[in-house]
Amino acid sequence: MSAGRSTPFNAASLALGLAFLYVPLLLVVAFSFNASRLATVWGGVSVRWYAALLENGPLKEAAWLSVRIAVVSATLATVLGTLAAVALARGRRFPGRTAFTGMIYAPMVMPEVITGLSLLLLFVALGLDRGFWTVVVAHTTLALAFVTVIVLARLRELDPELEEAAIDLGATPLAAFVTVTLPLVAPAVAGGFLLAFTLSFDDLVLASFASGPGATTLPMRIYSSVRLGVTPEVNAAASLMVLAAFAAIGGAAVLSRPGRRA
Amino acid sequence: MRTVSRGRVWPVLALPGLWLAAFFLLPFAIVAKISLSESATAQPPYRPQLAGILDAAAWRAFLEGLGFDNYRLLVADDLYWSAGLSSLRIAALSTVLLALIGYPMALAIARAPERWRPLLVALTVVPFWTSLLIRIYAWIAILKPEGWLNGALIGAGLIRTPLSILNTEAAVLIGIVYAYLPFMVLPLYGSLERHDRALVEAASDLGASPLRAFWTVTFPLSLRGLAAGALLCFVPIVGEFIIPDLLGGSDTLMLGRTLWSEFFANRDWPLASAVAVAMTLILVGPILAHRALEARRAEGRA
Repeated sequence: MSAGRSTPFNAASLALGLAFLYVPLLLVVAFSFNASRLATVWGGVSVRWYAALLENGPLKEAAWLSVRIAVVSATLATVLGTLAAVALARGRRFPGRTAFTGMIYAPMVMPEVITGLSLLLLFVALGLDRGFWTVVVAHTTLALAFVTVIVLARLRELDPELEEAAIDLGATPLAAFVTVTLPLVAPAVAGGFLLAFTLSFDDLVLASFASGPGATTLPMRIYSSVRLGVTPEVNAAASLMVLAAFAAIGGAAVLSRPGRRA
Repeated sequence: MRTVSRGRVWPVLALPGLWLAAFFLLPFAIVAKISLSESATAQPPYRPQLAGILDAAAWRAFLEGLGFDNYRLLVADDLYWSAGLSSLRIAALSTVLLALIGYPMALAIARAPERWRPLLVALTVVPFWTSLLIRIYAWIAILKPEGWLNGALIGAGLIRTPLSILNTEAAVLIGIVYAYLPFMVLPLYGSLERHDRALVEAASDLGASPLRAFWTVTFPLSLRGLAAGALLCFVPIVGEFIIPDLLGGSDTLMLGRTLWSEFFANRDWPLASAVAVAMTLILVGPILAHRALEARRAEGRA
């Protein structure tokens, strides 16, 4: 492997790139412990802004709503996305396959303002009250594609003969899938669930369209205070969100370790 | 396997297929319809605020017009042209910047020792898992006049007066590159890691310098990954809302922001729908190109 050797240029570009990605997040976390009221001027270490968060009723309410929406929509997206992945892995060729794959992946690249607006117009046309469930539907539609991508990648690594063997031994196709394939792809399914959870928990645009009065999610609440300026309290809330995301990634990393495949 | 599986595709397909038909395709059809027919959207239960916001006479004239009035307005008004052009320009510019920054990163990960690669890929992806709103918020704190960047530069004695970067197009470009970097690095890494190292080795054995081996072997082999990454970034950037809204100035026009303000500030649902349809028409080519690339990649792997 003489040709693919790493050079100092490679190492430097990677180090700079990663610094670019992480320094902003680290600054927010560091300044969430800033004692000063001026959000960007250091004034000593303090946890007062975290204490202030605990007393911020509307913010806590919004966070709890976001958690509930994320759990429900991630569950739905995981079930639907896994089914879609199985369909794509099994049916190499079926009528409408191109249209089906296009429909699954389109929400990933489609600008969120378009997806959000179109869902809102659907909800209005149906006369639905906007709130918890309409946001759940919007987030499920977006996250489904991401779950499909993750689960499909794992399904393609599997040996199809395992399931075939179970069927040859008399298992029904459903039983063979549940007892053989599903345990093997379980880590990817769990990873997909965690990604769907964070996508929902972090979403501002879809929720702004799909939500109604009385259902304000955490990103919606943060957005309205960010527009008014940088505050130490938002730094603290942002740090907690970064921490939650890192916990989710840690969970996903442990679940999808190659060593756990068998 | 083939005989067993064929019959099972439809039951598995039905649920996600129906969900997406109901919540992705059907809504889009409604957008297309509302962008054309004002009468449906003028019903009181749906938009009670409108009569008060717009001048009544203008509104009546607007109603009496034919279906394509929203599009006529889009075409006639310079505002929408400049929003569209500026969206495309910013998306193209930031995609080029993303390629310039992302390519060396992806190459470095592909050339790192094999046991390090999963960790390096994970480090690149982690920021994508944290809230975009929070990441953009961090840049407000960095770039604002009394922010961390100016504090550091003045503290180091490099500048005397604060740079005003926030609320400019430069800030929007920084934010976009920051937010979309993982989407550029991952497909590039995928294609760089997969290509046959033996080919590069052969080029070196035949006397090619590392630079020449890169340009004649590695780079051409990675073009498909580059195209995939570019499209994966370009399409959503055109419709980006949060980044231009929080980092851009009032003069930074982009289509996503125009749609948002037509909808939320002006409460003009049909016009917002027309903007959405126009944006989709602009993006349909890049989206189909991305699909074709992904399909070829999937077949190559299957």
